[in-house]
Formats: sequence, C-alpha cells, structure tokens
Amino acid sequence: MADGLATVAVVLAGTLAAATPLVFASLGELVGEKTGMLNLGVEGMMLVGAVAGFAAAAATGTPFVGFLAAAAAAAALAALFGVLTLYLFANQVATGLSLTIFGIGLSAMVGRGYVGIPLDGLGPVAWPFGLAELPVVGVLVFGHDPMVYLGLAAAVAIAVGFKHTRLGTVLKAVGENPTAAAALGHPVRLIRLGAVLFGGAMSGLGGAYLSLVYSPMWAEEMTAGRGWIALALVVFATWRPGRLVLGAWLFGGATLVQLHLQGHGVAVPAQLLATLPYLATIVVLVVISRDPVVIRLNAPASLGKLYTPER
Amino acid sequence: MPLNFEARDRPSGVVRAVAPVVAIALTGVFGLVLFWLLGHSPVTALHAYFVAPVSSVRGLAELALSATPLVLCAVGLAVGFRANVWNIGAEGQLLIGATCGGGFALMVQDFGGAGPCVLPAMLVAGIGGGMAWAAIPAVLKVRFGASEILTSLMLTYVAGLVLGYAVHGPLRDPDGFGFPESKLFEDDALLPILVAGTRLNLAAPLALGVAAVAWLAMARSLIGFELKVIGVAPHAATYAGFSPRRAVWIGFLVSGGLAGLAGVCEVAGPIGQLTPEFSPGYGFTAIIVAFLGRLHPLGIVLAGLVMALTYLGAEQAKITLGLPEAVTGVFQGMVLFFLLATDGLAHLRVRWRRTRPAEAGA
Repeated sequence: MADGLATVAVVLAGTLAAATPLVFASLGELVGEKTGMLNLGVEGMMLVGAVAGFAAAAATGTPFVGFLAAAAAAAALAALFGVLTLYLFANQVATGLSLTIFGIGLSAMVGRGYVGIPLDGLGPVAWPFGLAELPVVGVLVFGHDPMVYLGLAAAVAIAVGFKHTRLGTVLKAVGENPTAAAALGHPVRLIRLGAVLFGGAMSGLGGAYLSLVYSPMWAEEMTAGRGWIALALVVFATWRPGRLVLGAWLFGGATLVQLHLQGHGVAVPAQLLATLPYLATIVVLVVISRDPVVIRLNAPASLGKLYTPER
Repeated sequence: MPLNFEARDRPSGVVRAVAPVVAIALTGVFGLVLFWLLGHSPVTALHAYFVAPVSSVRGLAELALSATPLVLCAVGLAVGFRANVWNIGAEGQLLIGATCGGGFALMVQDFGGAGPCVLPAMLVAGIGGGMAWAAIPAVLKVRFGASEILTSLMLTYVAGLVLGYAVHGPLRDPDGFGFPESKLFEDDALLPILVAGTRLNLAAPLALGVAAVAWLAMARSLIGFELKVIGVAPHAATYAGFSPRRAVWIGFLVSGGLAGLAGVCEVAGPIGQLTPEFSPGYGFTAIIVAFLGRLHPLGIVLAGLVMALTYLGAEQAKITLGLPEAVTGVFQGMVLFFLLATDGLAHLRVRWRRTRPAEAGA
C-alpha cells in the first residue's frame, strides 16, 4: 500500500515536470492572446529558447544564465512578430507560421555544435529541514526544481493580475476592443507589443526547461510539437490561467502514461502510442469548441484581427 | 474611418508583383551577410548556393524535381488560403498520400500482379489518402468549430508516426536487414523519366497541368469567385448566399488531394520506395510558396522554383562549405518575413497619401 502510494507520488511528480514547458509557453501565449495577438510562432520560439538556453548554460556552467538567455532570445524573435503584425500590418497567421519555420531552421543551425554534448541540468531545490525526504509529500511537493514552482507562481500571478489589477483590466480591454481602448488613451500597439514580448520570453523559458532540466541536452526539433499543444491548451482553457495549468497537467500525464506503457512493453507499436498526445489535443479541442457560445464568450473579441490605429 | 479601409486595401498590382522579388533579393543580401558572419567568403557562398546547383542540365532537372511537390501542395493550399481556410497540415496529407499510394503498390507487388494500371491506381490512392486525411480537420471545423490550424497540424505529427509505424511494421522489407524501409517499387509503379540521365519525371508536367487547371478554375468558375469573396469580404459572402462551410470542404479536399498526389509522386519518383523521412518538409515550405506566389498558380510555379533552389543550394553548400542543411529553414523563414514586411511598407505608403484629401474634406 505504502509502496503503491509512493509510486503514484513519483508519477504525479513526473507529470508536474512534463507539464512545466507547456505551463510556461501557454501562459505566455495566453497573455498575448488576451490582448488580441495570436502568435503561431510558439514552437519556433520554444526551440530558439531551448538552444539559446543550452548554449548559454554550456558556456557559463550556470543554468540560471541559460534561462535568462533563453527568455531574451525568444523575446527577440517575438519582437519580429510584433513589429511585423503591429507596425507593418502583416497577417498574424502567416507571420506566426514564418516565425516557427524560421525558428526551427535557426535553432538547428545554431545548435549544430551542441548535439550530443552532456550538460549538468538544473537540480531540485535544496529545501531546509530535510523536507524533500518526507514520505510522498517530499517527492510530490518538495522534490522539484525551481522552474516548476516558478511556472505555478506565474500562473497564480497572471490569474490574479487579470482579475484584480488595473494592468490586467487594460490588457483585457485592448484585446476586447482596441479602438475603444485607444480612445481611452491607452497605447494599444505598445501594450500589445509588450504582451507579445512577454509571451516570447515565456516560450523561451518553456523551451529552455526542455534542454536544461527535462532532458538536459540539445536535439533538433526537440520540442516535438509542444509549442502547438501549448496553443491548443489556451483554447482548451478558455483563456483562463487556472484551467490552463490543469490542462498542462493532463498533457504531462498523457506523455508520462505513454512512456510508461512503452517501458512496460505494452503490445501496441511505439509509433502508435506516441500519437496519443496529438490525438488527445484534437479530442480536447473538439470537445471545447463544440459549443460555439463558450468560445465566443471567452475568446478575446479582437483575437487575430488586424488593428489599424485611428489617428 | 478612411484609415480602416485603407489598411485592408490591397496595394497596386505592380507593388504586389514586385514585393516577392524585393523579398527574395533582401533574403539574398541577408544570406550573404550571414555566410560572411559564419566565416565564408560571400562570393563562394553565393556561387555554391545559387549558381552551382543550376549550372548543369542535371541541376536544372533536380530543380524542377524539387519544385514539383512544392507547386502541387501550394496550388492546393492557395485555394483554401484565398477563402481564409488555413490548412497547415499539407505535410501530413503528403505523408499519408505517399503511404496509401506506396502501400497499394507494395500490396500489388506481393500478389505478383504488376501491370500498366498500377501507376494510375497508385496516384488515385495517393490523392484519396491525402483527401481523407484532410477531411478530418474539415469535418471537425464544420461540425464542431475546432480550429483547423491546430487540428491539421496535430494530424501532421500523427501522419509522420503512421508512416513510421508502416515502414517499421507491416510494410517493412523483410530482406532489408531490419532497416525501416519498404521494398523497392517495381518499374510499373515508378513514374517514367522524361530526360535521360536525370531524375526528372512525369510529375513535373503534371504539376504544371494542375497549376493551369487551378488558374482556370479560380479565374473563371463560380466556385473560384465564391472562395475569393468569402476570403475578402465574409459578410458580403454571407449575404450573397455563399457557404463558408463549403469553402472549408473545398479548401481542404483540394489541398489534401494535391498534397497526397505530391507525396505519392515523390515515392513513385526519385525515392522509389517508402522511407520514414522522405520529405524534407515540402508541405510546410509549400505554405511559403503559396504566399510568395501571391496565391496565384502562375506565381506559385515561379515561387516553387525559387524555394526549390533553397533545398538544392543547402545541399551544395553542405558539400562545398560544410554548412548545415538547416540553413534552408532560415532562408525560407526570411523570405516570408521580408515578403510580409515589404507588403506592410507598401500599405504604409498608400495610407500616407490617401489621408490628406480625407482630412481636407473633413
């Protein structure tokens, strides 16, 4: 019984770790979408973050510097998206796609020298009083690296921020009706640019979590579609941070179950098992989109639409 | 209010035709700077990337060969893009088309029944497979309102795994030393070569024919007109009784079918068997080709040739300069960035000129 409980705790703890890249990337995308910016470049930004983080951590020996570099590099890519869509009126879908294609190529090119190099990843937090040694709770609550806690803290901060702060209200206003927000004197394009940069930085952190913590190494296209799953999670969560974390845990769990089934030699071919997270994403999207009212009530009204300021 | 109108307004035809050329030129300039930063002589790099690959008959044939799947996919995608139907999963439809067509050929071979009918049947199976795969996001969009961007993309990952499963499992060559590859196709299941000594095959003129038909259909048929109206003015389209659902179906079935055709033409052409990673992302690059070609079949043929050069150039640069093939993605992304930026600048100029009289009138 105690053994079983310990196993469950380990699986749940693994789920938290597997969910963390999704938590970061989708929280960032959520903030951008709340202001009306649909950035389909998450996958590319995550990859650039992953390689930049790995390179910086390999050079300095400090994962912390790696995460900073990842956030900066991915935010730089996001700036490209922001300038093109906000100041040159480019289509958000096309620009986001080119961001992903560019990011995949750029990360593969930059990362060529880092393939196969081992790296000391970021370890768990050293809690005082031997808290991590506690049975079950130790693994589940105190057994994680700092980024897991930071991701959850960011979710709480964003949820509270949207609900209770003036900044959150302004962000939402810009996403619901940019023309009205501009008439009230808010700098709509600057606010959107800021949200896009934040989204980029968060995607970068999510990518770097993969290359610095989850599997400390660099491999081409190592995100394996997580950027797209993060986009789907935002819809699934109906643009609410709390639900978004739940969704990320669900997907983290699905990934883990798939790995465990493979590990136990279940008689399903590995390739078909590996389709599970993608199929789950589709199912979840269908279930949540089935009721158009739910989407219409929750989606930011100006999402993905071109905004031209009136002088 | 005139500003709103103007940002949505398209710049003149001249600007629209010139912008892709400017984008390609800017990409070239930035590419040279990139090579220079990487420590290569720009002249050598320029030669390796853009001149050497096409300075022989064989090279030109390879260019047309690489452009073929890009044109096939992009012509189909452009049909949907015109109506704001975003099929991002052409790569998946291409892989499934190849799996269906190739699987059919292998099945017929196992029964020993090859013949002149095999190849046409393979092409049909490829088109059917691509259409069926594209029908999934279409039905999910029409029936449940699920974002076709995300579902078609997720299905691309699934398609890659399905092909991987097929060549690791049921379609693996039993005498292949355990490699995840199918048997080689027999001659009846291969597209005939057009120019001796090259790999250029029947698929290239087929792609040109498809582009011509698409041009006619989009320019002359009522459905082509409907799709354009739905894309440019959705509200007006609704009043005119044009169905957005039908646009989704047409957009996905046409692009899926053509992507499937592109896939089966690859495996029945230069590849000659089913392998897990035969496509270097043609279905994704085709998205850029469609935009660079201005969603117009003729433009797409030209854009397809340009983008094919990024593949050949990367291959050449890998051999002579030791550059990674990933440079291709960097170039392709850059082309689209510059295209979008050039378009934006064109818009800005239009806006600046037109505001004056509006203000004077007010």
